Amino acid sequence: MTALVCVENVSQTFGPAKALDSVSLSIQPGSYTVLLGPSGSGKTTLLSILGGFLQPTTGRVLINGADCTLMAPAKRPTATVFQDYALFPHMSVGSNVAFGLRMQGVSKAERTAKAQEMLRLVGLEHAFEKKPHQLSGGQRQRVALARALVVEPAVLLLDEPLGALDLKLRRQMQDELKAIQKRVGTAFVHVTHDQEEAMALADHVVVMNHGRIEDEGSPERVYARPATRFSATFMGESTIVAGQVDVQGRITTALGTFDAPGLAAGSTACIAIRPEHVHVGPAIPAIVTTVVYQGSFKRVTVAPIHAPDTPLLARLPAGTPIQEGTQISLRFDPAEVIVLRD
Amino acid sequence: MTRIISTLYAAAIYGFIFLPVAVLVLFSFQGTLFPIPPFNGPSLRWYTAVLNDARLTDGLVNSLLVAIATSALATLLGFLSAWGFARFHLPASALLRGFITLPLTVSYLIIGMGLLIFFNWLGLPKSLMAAGIGHVVINLPLCFAIIYSQMGEHQANIERAARDLGAKEWQVLTLVTAPMLWPALFASFFLSMTFSWDEFVIAFLLTRFDTTLPVEIWNLLRAGLNPKTNAVGSLVFGVSIVLAIVFELVAFRKRPQ
Amino acid sequence: MSAARQPIAAWASVSPALLWTLAFFAVPFAAMGVASLFPKGEAGLSLAHYTQFFTNPSYWRSLTNSLEVTLIVTAISVLLAYPFAWILAFGVPERWQRLALMLAVLPFWTSYVVRSYSWLLVLAEKGIINDSLLGIGLLSEPIQIANTRAATVIGFVHFFVMLLTLTIFANLKQLSPNYRKAAADLGAGPVRSFIHVILPLTLPGIMVGAFLTFVLAIGDYITPQILGGNNELLMPQLIMMQIGRRGDFAGASALSIILMLVVTLAYFLCARWLKIERA
Repeated sequence: MTALVCVENVSQTFGPAKALDSVSLSIQPGSYTVLLGPSGSGKTTLLSILGGFLQPTTGRVLINGADCTLMAPAKRPTATVFQDYALFPHMSVGSNVAFGLRMQGVSKAERTAKAQEMLRLVGLEHAFEKKPHQLSGGQRQRVALARALVVEPAVLLLDEPLGALDLKLRRQMQDELKAIQKRVGTAFVHVTHDQEEAMALADHVVVMNHGRIEDEGSPERVYARPATRFSATFMGESTIVAGQVDVQGRITTALGTFDAPGLAAGSTACIAIRPEHVHVGPAIPAIVTTVVYQGSFKRVTVAPIHAPDTPLLARLPAGTPIQEGTQISLRFDPAEVIVLRD
Repeated sequence: MTRIISTLYAAAIYGFIFLPVAVLVLFSFQGTLFPIPPFNGPSLRWYTAVLNDARLTDGLVNSLLVAIATSALATLLGFLSAWGFARFHLPASALLRGFITLPLTVSYLIIGMGLLIFFNWLGLPKSLMAAGIGHVVINLPLCFAIIYSQMGEHQANIERAARDLGAKEWQVLTLVTAPMLWPALFASFFLSMTFSWDEFVIAFLLTRFDTTLPVEIWNLLRAGLNPKTNAVGSLVFGVSIVLAIVFELVAFRKRPQ
Repeated sequence: MSAARQPIAAWASVSPALLWTLAFFAVPFAAMGVASLFPKGEAGLSLAHYTQFFTNPSYWRSLTNSLEVTLIVTAISVLLAYPFAWILAFGVPERWQRLALMLAVLPFWTSYVVRSYSWLLVLAEKGIINDSLLGIGLLSEPIQIANTRAATVIGFVHFFVMLLTLTIFANLKQLSPNYRKAAADLGAGPVRSFIHVILPLTLPGIMVGAFLTFVLAIGDYITPQILGGNNELLMPQLIMMQIGRRGDFAGASALSIILMLVVTLAYFLCARWLKIERA
C-alpha cells in the first residue's frame, strides 16, 4: 500500500542551527505514528512542517501523492491538536468543534449535527453549550481533538497533547486516544518526549535526536533491538558497556564476551543490557551502590567487583532482600544482550 | 499587495504622529519672529532667549523640584502601604486598597478644583507646595498599584525562605525585599516623575508666582505664537527622549536575571 | 499565611497613604460637593447650580458638545490605532518591534501643552497646512481649521492614537499565536480569522482602551482651549471659566460633580458590558 504521507529529505535550518537534517519518513494510512525524542530533537519542527506552519529549507512533503510542501495549513488535508489546545474562549464548545465545518461553508443544521456527533465520540455529548473555561484540562483536550477530527483530515497531528495532564489522567487519555484512533481510522502523528506514552500508543515509533531519525519501527522491536546507543538509553533504561571486536566476530567487554555479528574486527562497539534482564545469580559478584524502591520492583545499581568502573543496572523483584554496601551476585542471559555500533 | 497597503498605512500614521513635533523642532530654529512658514534659518536665537528667560528657567527648576520631591514621597507612601496590605491581614483590606487607588479614576481638573476650594477654605495660599500635594495625590495610587502587584505570594515565599535560612526582619527587608522590588520602585518613581513633570491643570490652579514649566509655557502661549515656545518645547522633548533612553537601557540591563 | 502579627506595624505603614488620600482627595472632594450647594448670591443651601445646568442652554450644550467630541475622538482613534497596532505586532519582524513601538509613541514625551500648541502651528491660518495648500494653488484663501471643533478632534486623536496603539499592541501580543494557527488550520483565511477569532478576543481590551480615552478626553482642558477656541465650549473650559473670570467656586464645583457623574455612568456601562462579554 502506498504511503499516505511521504517526507523526503526534509531539512530545516534556523540561522546557524540545523533543526532537521535530511529526514525521510513514510506514514501509512490508519497508523498511529509517534515521534519520540528529547527537546531539541526536531520532532515538533517536523510536525509543524507536516501541518504547513513551517516551510522546510529543503526537501518535500507529499500527502496522498500531492506535493504539499508549500501548501497553507487550510488547504492541506491535515488538522492539528495544539499543545495548549487553542480553544477559542469566546465560543461555546459546540461552536469551537463546528468551526472548521463553518469555514467550509457547511450549513448550520448539518454542522451542529456533526459537531454533536463528534462530541459524543469523545465522551462530551453534554458539553455543547458550555464554554471552554468551564471544562477541566482533560475535557478541553477532548474538545480540541473533536474539533480537529470533525473536518475529517487525512492525517491528525498532535503536539504533545497530554503534557499538561497529571499521570492518572494521562494514562486514561492514552487509552482513549488509542480507542478513538481505531474507531475513526485516521492516521495519527503524535509528538511526545515520554517513551512510555510512545510505547503505549504507537504502531510505529520514530526515535529522533539532534534533527535526525535514530531508529524507527514497532515499539516491541525498537525496545528489544534498539539500533543505536541513543535509542537504547532513551527508550527504557540500559547499561551500556564499551568493548572491542576481535577477529572471531565477538565483542569483548568488562562484563564478558558476546557474539557480535556484522561488526568489523578491530572496531570499537558497545553492548546494552536492559535492567529487567539482570537477575540474581552466580555470575557477576558486585557491591550494591544504590537501591531505589519503586513499588513493583527495586531499581538497583551495582559495582561489579572485577569491573568496578562499569556500573550495572538491575530491576529486581520488590521482595528481594538487598542493602546498599553489601555484596550480591547477578547474572544475565547472553541472548538478551544487544550489540550496538558505537 | 497587503504588504504595500500595510506599509503605506503605517507610514501615513507615523507621518501623522510626527508632523506636529517635526514642525515644532523645525521652527524652533526659525530666524525671524514667527514660528510659521517661510522658514528663515537655522538660528539659535530662540534657544538663547529661552535660556536667558528667568521665568522659564525658574519654571524648569521648580518643575524638577516638585517632580523629584513628590515622586519620592509618592513612592515611599506607595511602598509603605503596599507592604502593609500585602504582608499583613488587615480588616476591610480590599475596600481600603480600592480607596487608595480611587484618585486614578478622577480627572486632574476635578482633583485640582477640590484642592483649590479646600485650601481656599483653610486659608492656605497658592504655592508650589500646594501643587506638589496635588501631584502626590495623582501619583500615589499609581505607585501603590505597581508596587503592590509585585508583592504577591511568589515574593512572600522568597522572603519566607530568607527567614527560614536565618535572616532577621531588617535583613530580609534590606537584602531581599528591597532589591527584589527595585524594578517596581524604579518604575513607580520614574512614572511619577513623568506625570508630575508634565502636569498642567493642577499646577495652574494651585500656584501663583512660583510656578512650574508647563504653566510658564502656557503663559507664553497666551501672548501668541512665539518661537521661544518652540525652543523650550523642543528642549523638553529632547530631555524627555534622553530620559526615556536611559530608562530603556536600565530596564533592559535587568533582563538577563 | 500572613497572620495579623504586629498589627500595629501594619497600620502604621498603611496609615500615611490612607490619611493622605483622605485629607487631600476625599475631603476636598466633599468640600467641592458642599461648595456646589451654596451658590454665590444666595443665602444658604440651594440646588440652583444644578437646576441651572438643565435650564441654561449654553451649559447643557457644553455637555453635549463634550460628549459628541469625546465619542467622535474615541471612535476615530480606535479605528486608526487598531490596524496600526496590528501592523506593529504582526507585520514588523520581532527584533524591530520594540523600536517601532517606541518610535510610534515618541511624541508622547513632548509636554502635553507643547504638543497641543504644535498642532496650532500646523493648523493656524498662517500655519503649515494653509501655507502648503496655498503655495500649491489648491486654495485661493486660507481655510479656518484652528479654533474649530475639527482642530480639537485632530489634537485629541493625535494623542489617543499613540495611547491606544500601545494598549492594543500589548493586547495583540499576549494572544497565544496558536489561536491564529488553529483558525488557519481549520480553513479560515486572514479576514475570517480576524472577524471570528482575533477581533472578539481583543474586544474587551479595546473597550478598556476606549473607556480610558473617553475619560481622559472628556476631562481635558488644554487641548480644547488651545485648539478649539472659544466659539464652542466644552465642559472643562466651562468649569475653568467659572473659576477664572467669575471666581464662582460654587458653580465650578457643581459642573465638576456633573462631569464626574457622566464619567461614573460611562464606567458602569463599560463594566456591565465587560461582564456580559465574560459570561
